[in-house]
Amino acid sequence: MFKAKAIARLAAFLATVAWFTWLVTGVSNIFSHNNALPLEVNPQVPLIAVNLFLLFMYVFYKYRIERADNVNFIDLLWRVFVTGLITTVISIFFKVIMILLGETALTQDSMFLFFIYTVNFGLMSSVLISSFSVFRRLILYQKSKILITVWKVFHYGLLVSLVYNVLPFPFLNNIFQYYLFFLVVLGLVLSANMKWVAYLNFRQKWKGILLIGLALFYMGYFIWTIYNLSTDFDTLGIPYNDYKENVFFIALIAFIFVYTLFSLLVLLFNLPTSSVFEQKLEEVVNFQKLSQSIQTEQSEDRVYDILLESSVSTVFAQAAWLELNHISSPVYYCYNISEDEIKKIKAHLEKKKVKGILEKGPDKTRNLTRVLRSIGGSRFRSMIVAPVVVKNEQIGVIALLKEVSDGFNREMEQIVSTFANQAGISIENFRLLSEALQNERYMEELKIAKRVQSSLLPAEPESNSDFDIVAFSGAADEVGGDYYDTHKINDHKIALIIGDVSGKGTSAAFHMSQMKGIFQSLGQLNLSPKLFLIKANNALSRCLDKASFITATYFMIDSKRKKVSFARAGHCPTLYFKKKKNKVDFFKNKGLGLGILRNESFEDYIQESQFSYDPGDIFVLYTDGITEAKNKKGEEYGYDRLIDILDAHTESEPGNIREAIIADLYKFIESETLDDDYTIVIVKFN
Amino acid sequence: MVDIKTINEKGIEVLKIVGEVDASSSIQLDKAIHDVLEKGHKKIIVDCGSLEYISSAGLGVFMSYIEEMKKNGVQMVLVGLNPKVKNVFEILGLDQLLNTAKNKEEGKIMMK
Repeated sequence: MFKAKAIARLAAFLATVAWFTWLVTGVSNIFSHNNALPLEVNPQVPLIAVNLFLLFMYVFYKYRIERADNVNFIDLLWRVFVTGLITTVISIFFKVIMILLGETALTQDSMFLFFIYTVNFGLMSSVLISSFSVFRRLILYQKSKILITVWKVFHYGLLVSLVYNVLPFPFLNNIFQYYLFFLVVLGLVLSANMKWVAYLNFRQKWKGILLIGLALFYMGYFIWTIYNLSTDFDTLGIPYNDYKENVFFIALIAFIFVYTLFSLLVLLFNLPTSSVFEQKLEEVVNFQKLSQSIQTEQSEDRVYDILLESSVSTVFAQAAWLELNHISSPVYYCYNISEDEIKKIKAHLEKKKVKGILEKGPDKTRNLTRVLRSIGGSRFRSMIVAPVVVKNEQIGVIALLKEVSDGFNREMEQIVSTFANQAGISIENFRLLSEALQNERYMEELKIAKRVQSSLLPAEPESNSDFDIVAFSGAADEVGGDYYDTHKINDHKIALIIGDVSGKGTSAAFHMSQMKGIFQSLGQLNLSPKLFLIKANNALSRCLDKASFITATYFMIDSKRKKVSFARAGHCPTLYFKKKKNKVDFFKNKGLGLGILRNESFEDYIQESQFSYDPGDIFVLYTDGITEAKNKKGEEYGYDRLIDILDAHTESEPGNIREAIIADLYKFIESETLDDDYTIVIVKFN
Repeated sequence: MVDIKTINEKGIEVLKIVGEVDASSSIQLDKAIHDVLEKGHKKIIVDCGSLEYISSAGLGVFMSYIEEMKKNGVQMVLVGLNPKVKNVFEILGLDQLLNTAKNKEEGKIMMK
């Protein structure tokens, strides 16, 4: 692949060569003609040279102009202007020489005239073809499929005409007119594409008019020059390559001339409306500013400011205010108006039975000009108001004022309404963003709570040579209400507790920590399990809320007497494996949850039991999160599965039993998460 | 999800609980019992025949009214508990504080 620049240079060089060939062969033929000698060169050669010259010029400008990136319309028109200027200056230079030479032999010499003709022809083609390349970009600025097709037909039609020009078949002369007509019509059709004009602002349009006007002038100058020269040749009867027979050249002249003229007219007629277009653009920009304000600005105030500024500038209001409903009194953002004036207008509107401009209604924007008319002593004559709505709730209203009557049209009402809506959306987004940040903070807090809570559970439960204790606890939410703990009373006595707070989540976690406090203080007193629960119930009765309770089972393991005494406060029955009987069963004794009965009679519902243990015995404490865990069919894990899984692992280490139970539980629920807190504590006697 | 209907049958308020009472739906249960007590009814039957599941939060609701009912002389009987739900009440020991009956008829007899 050649670089575009290299191709352009090569084309320029080849064009020059073609031009010289044309000049030399043409002059030679004229010389032969003048001296009645046989033609030295086939007349076909200069003809081909002309068309090759045109082709190379075409390629040159195609690569020079069409490939240039990021060029705005005025820059493109500037190119046309500059090319025209340079070529015209050169052409005039030759003209001046001619005039200076006056009626000398040289100026009368047909070969010299031919030279002038080729120069002007070359310069003019350069103007035409460069303009063509520029116009191509202008026309195809907003392309459609059909436009591209038409353009292609035109463009290939032109290129084929170069070949047509040199074909030596006389019958082709008959279609000359049709071919030309076809190309001119296509050029006319394409000349209707003037969309680029709309994108120029007022200044640019003036510049465009100037540049195109001058380009039109060059065109006229060249046409006039070349026409005169060819008329001279015609009268002299000298063979030359008449531009009038060149379809490419004529079609191009027609097209460039028409398009330039059209552009000039369209630019002229668009001048008065360009401010409207600029206005629309500004609306879009303002609109964008409003919607983006949320990403860049960190306050609602800024959004309100932008809303006010944008609305004022787009509808040319003389004054405006933004009023936000506030708990105590409305907050005002004023533009060119004092609060006193606002209050005066509002009072007037109220008097005129406009139920306050903060009135909610399906009709979004309201034009209150008629009502305002009757106000005395105010400079304002027209007014529109639009509500600012966030999440279906009107948070405020924007009012725009003008000193002329009927200053707001329907369009302006719509624009203000749109702006107010967008501001509402921005505010809503802003609030959502703040909420999201707030939530993130809460999540962080909960993570901290989780860490704190996990530190409330013993890292390593107390054990001694007689038994091992392992435990595991998982919470459905960040924090939960399950609790287990151990306390070493003396060398042979250990207190063990498992508890479950009703409900789950944060409230349960708070109660769980209260339970921890109770266990850590009462545990030291070496109380019997029943007495412990009575005291605990007493304490909790004063601090649990009305509908909360805690279930617990309290164990006292005495390794000297090889006995365990325990009492159950409404907690799940303890699972027990008696090695001697090789049987897994539940301890079913009487009990009542802590905090359910908040008086002395609680002790009547608590029963203390005792059992002796032997090596190999196991007991399993758990919370209802395990037995009530549900699978997808809605079945509960239940007590029987718990018995079965313990039965199958009675010979295992306590840690392995724990893993086996958890694995079995998850296998049953077929899910990764449980919706309740669950805890398991395993005690195995050695 | 829970649905609670209150019907008055010959001077006895019957609360029919259909579905599951968990932490979130326990609020509905609380409201239903609260409303009945508010109206000054002294005889309440809670029909648990269609109660599939009750969580600790749900139990907490029943528990929280025990004292108040006792004080105001309100009688409440839970009837038709399925074995699973009954077991939950029994483990917590709440069956010792609340009256239960097999069905509505028995419940009505209990309150005479």
